[in-house]
Amino acid sequence: MDRPVQFYFRGEIRRLSAPPPTRTVLQWLREDLRQTGTKEGCAEGDCGACMVVLGDLQDGRLRLRAINACIRLLPTLDRMALFTVEDLADFAGGALHPVQAALVDCHGSQCGFCTPGFVMSLWVLYETQPQCPTRAQVTDTLSGNLCRCTGYRPIIEAARRAYESPRQPWASAAVVDALRELQRLPALSYASPAGRYTAPRSLEALDAACREEPQARLLSGSTDIGLWITKHLRTFEAIIHVGAVEALREIRSDAAGLVIGAGASLAESFAALCAQEPGWEELARRFASVPIRNAGTLGGNVANGSPIGDGLPGLIALGATVVLRRAGQERELPMEDFYLGYQRNALTPGEYLRCVRVPAPPHGLRQVFATYKVSRRQDQDIAAVCAAFCLRLEADGRIAHARMAFGGMDATARRAAATEAALLGELWCEATLARAQAALAADYRPLTDLRASSAYRQAVAVNLLRRFWLQQDPAAALRLSDLRPVEA
Amino acid sequence: MAPPGYTARPGCWPVGGALAHESAALHVSGRALYTDDMPELQGTLHAALGLARVAHGRVRSLDLGPVLAAPGVHSVISAADIPGTNDCGPVLHDDPILAPGLVQFYGQPLFALAASTHEAARRAARLARVDYEPLPALLDVDAALAAQSWVLPPVELRQGDIESALARAPRRLAGAARLGGQEHFYLEGQVAYALPGENDTLHLHCSTQHPSEMQQMLAHALGWRAHQVSVECRRMGGAFGGKESQSAQVACVCALLAVRTQRPVKLRLDRDDDMTITGKRHDFWFDYEAGFDETGLLLGLRLTLASRCGFSADLSGPVNDRALFHVDNAYFLDALALRSLRCKTHTVSNTAFRGFGGPQGMFVIETVMDDIARALDRDPLAVRRVNFYGSDPTGPRNTTHYGMSVEDNVIPALVDQLARDCRYEERRAAVVAFNANSTHLKRGLALTPVKFGISFTATHYNQAGALVHIYTDGTVLVSHGGTEMGQGLHTKVAQVVAGEFGLPMDDVRVASTDTTRVPNTSATAASAGTDLNGKAAQQASAAIRARLAEFAARGWGVEPSTVGFRDGQVYCAGRTESFRALVARAYRARLKLWESGFYATPKIHYDPKTMRGRPFYYFTYGAAAAEVAIDTLTGEHQVLRVDLLQDVGRSINPAIDIGQTEGGFIQGMGWLTTEELWWRPDGPEAGRLMTHSPSTYKIPTASDCPERMNVSLYDNRNAEDSIHRSKAVGEPPLMLAFSVFFALREAVAAALGPGCRPGLDAPATPEAILRAIARGRDPVEGETPAP
Repeated sequence: MDRPVQFYFRGEIRRLSAPPPTRTVLQWLREDLRQTGTKEGCAEGDCGACMVVLGDLQDGRLRLRAINACIRLLPTLDRMALFTVEDLADFAGGALHPVQAALVDCHGSQCGFCTPGFVMSLWVLYETQPQCPTRAQVTDTLSGNLCRCTGYRPIIEAARRAYESPRQPWASAAVVDALRELQRLPALSYASPAGRYTAPRSLEALDAACREEPQARLLSGSTDIGLWITKHLRTFEAIIHVGAVEALREIRSDAAGLVIGAGASLAESFAALCAQEPGWEELARRFASVPIRNAGTLGGNVANGSPIGDGLPGLIALGATVVLRRAGQERELPMEDFYLGYQRNALTPGEYLRCVRVPAPPHGLRQVFATYKVSRRQDQDIAAVCAAFCLRLEADGRIAHARMAFGGMDATARRAAATEAALLGELWCEATLARAQAALAADYRPLTDLRASSAYRQAVAVNLLRRFWLQQDPAAALRLSDLRPVEA
Repeated sequence: MAPPGYTARPGCWPVGGALAHESAALHVSGRALYTDDMPELQGTLHAALGLARVAHGRVRSLDLGPVLAAPGVHSVISAADIPGTNDCGPVLHDDPILAPGLVQFYGQPLFALAASTHEAARRAARLARVDYEPLPALLDVDAALAAQSWVLPPVELRQGDIESALARAPRRLAGAARLGGQEHFYLEGQVAYALPGENDTLHLHCSTQHPSEMQQMLAHALGWRAHQVSVECRRMGGAFGGKESQSAQVACVCALLAVRTQRPVKLRLDRDDDMTITGKRHDFWFDYEAGFDETGLLLGLRLTLASRCGFSADLSGPVNDRALFHVDNAYFLDALALRSLRCKTHTVSNTAFRGFGGPQGMFVIETVMDDIARALDRDPLAVRRVNFYGSDPTGPRNTTHYGMSVEDNVIPALVDQLARDCRYEERRAAVVAFNANSTHLKRGLALTPVKFGISFTATHYNQAGALVHIYTDGTVLVSHGGTEMGQGLHTKVAQVVAGEFGLPMDDVRVASTDTTRVPNTSATAASAGTDLNGKAAQQASAAIRARLAEFAARGWGVEPSTVGFRDGQVYCAGRTESFRALVARAYRARLKLWESGFYATPKIHYDPKTMRGRPFYYFTYGAAAAEVAIDTLTGEHQVLRVDLLQDVGRSINPAIDIGQTEGGFIQGMGWLTTEELWWRPDGPEAGRLMTHSPSTYKIPTASDCPERMNVSLYDNRNAEDSIHRSKAVGEPPLMLAFSVFFALREAVAAALGPGCRPGLDAPATPEAILRAIARGRDPVEGETPAP
């Protein structure tokens, strides 16, 4: 039942027969089509020169998301729409689109190599936000675009200038029609000389695919596996893409807590996490970049289990569990038990991560939760140390429940057992803090690597616990991001 | 939209206009063609490099059999297959294209291959079987200093009687610091596309700042002569000095494989390979001993600067020379002893990068100024001011340590203006007040000056050529020796030419840079692109215009000097004719409608043996004030506000000059804050660069651009007869970022309290800031004031 990969591109439905499953969207654009407006800057999803826009239907409406074409695998475009910088001239009737014209007016390009990527990020912003965005919204939108020439000021200005010219309407009805038509296609599964590719639609079909090929590589947003392909030149006999399984994308919240399907994007997952517990907000904004949060999934972050996976400390601190599924059978593990060692986890062959459950905080206790990330750069950097703290306090200030976890401190993200023990049952006060800080120094033996030295990681981990303590006092809780320039 | 501080001049439009980059519309629509975007000819092969996996070692055996046998591979070459000279060093001949048996850094290219696709080539490049005999490796400046390992001999420069100056000084201080290197991170990686031609010729498209040098290198590598090779560059996706000499290896490999296979060959480096095998900004270690008085006036300075040059000389000689020329920055130094050590290490060969050693030299003196201010408990700006060069060119405090008179010093006035505009004094008081009440967050404010010498220090590079064609329809095509890397050179040259002919910008195009049109060009570097090529293009245009004026005057019976060119019209005494009609008539009258132009910078001279002379035609000035805050729990920082004031003389294009100013500033800020290079210090992969991609090497992002950033051009006019009295602007603004670093130092000092020394290394990463705080609380030996 092989059928071609089908997606909407340049005003029509493209049909590609059995493309190599690891062919990237960028390779296809640049090498096969010679559509060279989209550039390769790093081939690892970090610079944004390859930014393209994906369109799909969500609740029947068109959703646009900027993603990195360099690490996106071509068959995963199936049943979606792809837009590149070359499309914008058509949308603007052959003239420059307002975001393009604004970039010209503001002198927002110098060498111009990164510019098409910026255009695509700004175009999504323009289409999804009818009102002129704030500066913070603009810089967040651009968190996955690097420019080495301009220093960004004119680009940030252009993002807002685009709203000063008459709004450019975009007739997207044809796209929606095409996407509706594409939804009727059967599930995609094909064999090519370069490997097999299967994209089941249901959990049952995914179960079957995993049973059939337990050694197949499970693929979700390809924000990590993409690099195995572009950097390590890895090949796979078979790929099972979980992105088309509707049930895996589900996010559900009820009295018991939050359930996040393994296929839900990082963007959607963090929105849900923040709604449940605002202590996530800082991390949610600083986790990777917009295009990576659009493409990557929380399930991928969890299953990948990197020692510097930023999602893990917070989930562990909140007592999250993972639901694993194999052949229709599901089992649930505390998240910290899921990790067995460096890049090793409890999944057995043919088993996959079904969802992550985050329990609702119990009634009657005050929960204090915070996540902190320390890295050289604010946006789109990998943490030297990532910390999450969760305390539940009795009315008298006694600590009834203490869970905390760190990333970047060991081979996996893990809890700080001695520190938790030092806190539990004590009054949350300066003296307790001091004892906990002393205990924390004994909890980890971090490594020195390119991101930080062992001594720095240790010192910062201890200091972050102090930051968490300080957070109680609004005056002392002041952070760098709260500061404005002094007034003379 | 004219920027603040800028006054437009009537009469020479479009010169002085804030016009968009000539390719802006192409950039935003994705239609600007970079080397890898050009249509590929049928039969094009794709090359890849095989990299060594040892920092220092002898190749015992190199088995390329599996590479040749890999799918799609057409040809494999190693050092022995190079028909000409196996060298791509720009100055000395110590830079092999392919390592001939001795590996001198981790990642050094050992072999190259051409295959049917880019992917096939990359796969094959990993299949070689190599056996190394490891040799001891010197990986950093410390190791090289201990081993006295130099890539070029140490250089000393003395001025005045340093011993007695230090002995007599009322106060003395010693210090040391480290300053990290920097990866260029041009968004477009190194790329070349070689097309073999008939009769042993080759045309190379290349992303390079230096087509003429590529031409020479290719000819040498092929064992050919220069007229067999031509090199062309339409534009680069950024360069910053990283495509001056560093494009040669890619160009040579590409050409060698193309000639060998007689097929078009393209070599485009993957980002990780690019960062691994191309040189970077030199990192420095320095120490100093300073004598000064109670006002902070520097009386004597003894200085040692050591830089990591890497395994070969490359441009390290002139880079380190420029560091020496800039240890004065804006300050008069009358007693000085400099020692410059050019360390040879088993790491990639460091190279040109925006500022070319100047920033490193200036960083040193700014550190000295800051330390003196803290020793005296004075405002660092007050100490800086005390030490400025005088404003009287014939006065006693106006000669640099290399014997050049500072003739147009605007720094005191420029700094006064900036201090006033940004309310430095008042805000400094507010920062002190904030710090007194804040435990974990500390602010810092600093205002630092920049004086940067303009010209290649190798005098002979200060020449340029241009070729201006007027076609019979009145349109103009300009070729010149400069390359476009985003800096807006082609836009400015087009403005100059359009201004000469009184034509609208649409009527003037700038062609790609091609060695067949303008020969023997210098690198587009040293900020001098517009100064040199603008003058050459102006000269060519003026010659054609004079001929046209003479021709028109003859027909109209008027004096040629009374004929004017404006708005596409030629006019005199009430008569007008369109430029196009005049050109058409001139052609039929057999008038020469094209001309070459040539320019050599006047006045400059310099003796490299004595290190004295006038290496620079003039200086570009600037100053910046930055307000930052640090978090003393994590070492993180935030830049809250910056005010930049840049001297560009009379701007040819204020929009482009503003772009260079703020872009250079942010790039410099990255160098001094987030950008950190990290090599594996030990183990089997010792010497391997681990920050070899943007996931690990962090250049600034949009959120690092301060929300409050005021950028102004200083109202000035070049005292020298530069092109339209403008000033070079490519490099100088990078050093405006010192304001951020020294504001961070101020914030660290605030965290430490009075009397402490903030021993902050650059880059000021969170770890460096936390370390500086810890170190300052517990000062280590060697950082305490000298007796």
